[in-house]
Amino acid sequence: MSENLLEIDHLTKRFGGVTAVDECSFTVQKGTITALIGPNGSGKTTAFNMITGYLKADSGEIRFNGETIARPRPADLYRRGLSRTFQQARIFPELTVEENLVVAAGYSWRQLFGRRVSEIDRERAKKMLGEFRLEAMAQLPSADLSYGQRKLLEFAAVLMSDPTLVLLDEPTAGVNPVMIDAMEQHIRQRHAAGVTFLIVEHDMQLVMRLCDPVIVLDHGAPIAFGSPDLIQKDTRVLEAYLGS
Amino acid sequence: MKLAITRAGLIRAGVFFLILILVPVVGGPGWLLNTLIFTIMYAALSSSWNLLGGYAGYPSLGHVAFFGIGAYATAIIFTGSVYGGYAPFFVLPLIGIAVALFSIPIGWVSMRTRADVFAIVTITLLFITQTLAFNLKNFTGGAQGKSVAPAPFDVSTYDWPFYYAMLILLAIAMGISLYFRRSKIGLSLATVRADEDKAHGVGVRVTAVKLIAFAVSAGLVAMVGGVWAYYVGFIYPQFAVDPLITIGMVLMAFLGGRGTLWGPVLGAFILVPAQEYFAQAFGASELYLLAYAAVFLVIMLFLPRGILPSISERLKRRRASAAGAARDSANAAPTAIPTSEVKAVR
Ligand SMILES: Nc1ncnc2c1ncn2[C@@H]1O[C@H](COP(=O)(O)OP(=O)(O)OP(=O)(O)O)[C@@H](O)[C@H]1O
Ligand SMILES: [Mg+2]
Repeated sequence: MSENLLEIDHLTKRFGGVTAVDECSFTVQKGTITALIGPNGSGKTTAFNMITGYLKADSGEIRFNGETIARPRPADLYRRGLSRTFQQARIFPELTVEENLVVAAGYSWRQLFGRRVSEIDRERAKKMLGEFRLEAMAQLPSADLSYGQRKLLEFAAVLMSDPTLVLLDEPTAGVNPVMIDAMEQHIRQRHAAGVTFLIVEHDMQLVMRLCDPVIVLDHGAPIAFGSPDLIQKDTRVLEAYLGS
Repeated sequence: MKLAITRAGLIRAGVFFLILILVPVVGGPGWLLNTLIFTIMYAALSSSWNLLGGYAGYPSLGHVAFFGIGAYATAIIFTGSVYGGYAPFFVLPLIGIAVALFSIPIGWVSMRTRADVFAIVTITLLFITQTLAFNLKNFTGGAQGKSVAPAPFDVSTYDWPFYYAMLILLAIAMGISLYFRRSKIGLSLATVRADEDKAHGVGVRVTAVKLIAFAVSAGLVAMVGGVWAYYVGFIYPQFAVDPLITIGMVLMAFLGGRGTLWGPVLGAFILVPAQEYFAQAFGASELYLLAYAAVFLVIMLFLPRGILPSISERLKRRRASAAGAARDSANAAPTAIPTSEVKAVR
């Protein structure tokens, strides 16, 4: 049984003369770790930006959880269970590691006027920090974290709202091998707990062992879709990566 | 950021306010109380500005518009012919709330822009308000000015009610500042200041907290304007909506440290007396403004983030290097996650 959690229909975005995303359609099925790969500049980040409401699409349609999202807005989507990370990790460096999690956990109007970090907040953050082995750093300014730790923190933070779909934009780019393993573990753990992933990633070994299916984007449109084995043998994919 | 209310913090605040409460009682040279009234007034203005400009990172240059609106509201409610008494002080909260509500649509429109554009938009607000003060002659008296009801206080203690009113407003502004820092309002504002787009993306109630900061800040400034109007007794558009007042509150927060509790207060307690001194030294000429600007420039060159953040940064670095030395010699246990990372990305 398969259910489409995210459906992208003829999505298009032009920047002046450049068509970054071109009539792009694909789906992400519930319960998968779907990869979105493609050469540099093929429009992966731009697609992410439109799906999560950071960029207005020129045309096309986005459906999440069966509902058409007429005007995607980051805050709305986040509250509905669609969250993302950025290619260049974006955290709040002035806040402590713990506060980065607390602020992303969502809060009611009443809580807005309440304690900055309540006991309940602290407990919830502690659980997540434990999972990500960042407990020791809870009270540090997150500016003190290394690049890889920031990526982990950003990932941990967007999980605080119990999302159903998480979009990761190059979760392992620029981090050391130990951290890549850690990141993979965390993705697998969360996937086992029922979270669906759409991942942009350049590390092909990681994609091949972690993701299924794989969507290949070139010049803003999908050129291949299927299991990692199929994708590896696909001549169009090889051409896109090697040729032109 | 240090957020817990510590004993040291309580003692600092207690001593500060106790001294200020006692000054009129103890007495001193005639100019002292007058200078202090303006110093405290600016400390309150700058602390209020800081709620928006410091915590939210929206550097309004138009806040004196709300000061002027508060001043004219007081002057219109208590016109020159009626007997004022203490009533103008008791009406202040109403003026504050009314201006706060009135400012919400202004904040909503102006905070759709950011950074330098926001600063320009708010300057426009300043000049629109001043133009209105000049032209709505029926209400404001236009360029002729408008007198406020005379205050029937005893000559020997005439300044006292104004002094304490300003002091209470400063205490309220600092109390709200502390409350912001210790609540999710402050936490949310910090995310807005750091990265507003990302804040949206993790579900922060960005628009709501921005408007809360804007309205509270505007309402407080209006209340200070009300006390000022009653104190000076006669107000003109060019003084009630004076760009120098805006510049004052902004510079003081920058000088002492934006986004800190004590920074704006410290800034006011340096700049207002300095300004008074230079005004004396250089006479009535506007030359004192140059000296005033020079003080500001020198401090900002050496302490670009403002006095308090620069000092605490330095203290922290010293403490960290001391701790680092201790750790090296003790051969610390490895942490769970390696800290050596490839930092470069494409
Ligand atoms: N804000 C922008 N303004 C103009 N052009 C843009 C903008 N953002 C992206 N582009 C262009 O759109 C195309 C797609 O860029 P995008 O960042 O989506 O690619 P990507 O697949 O994420 O690449 P990478 O693997 O390098 O991250 C590129 O040609 C890029 O130069
Ligand atoms: Mg990209």
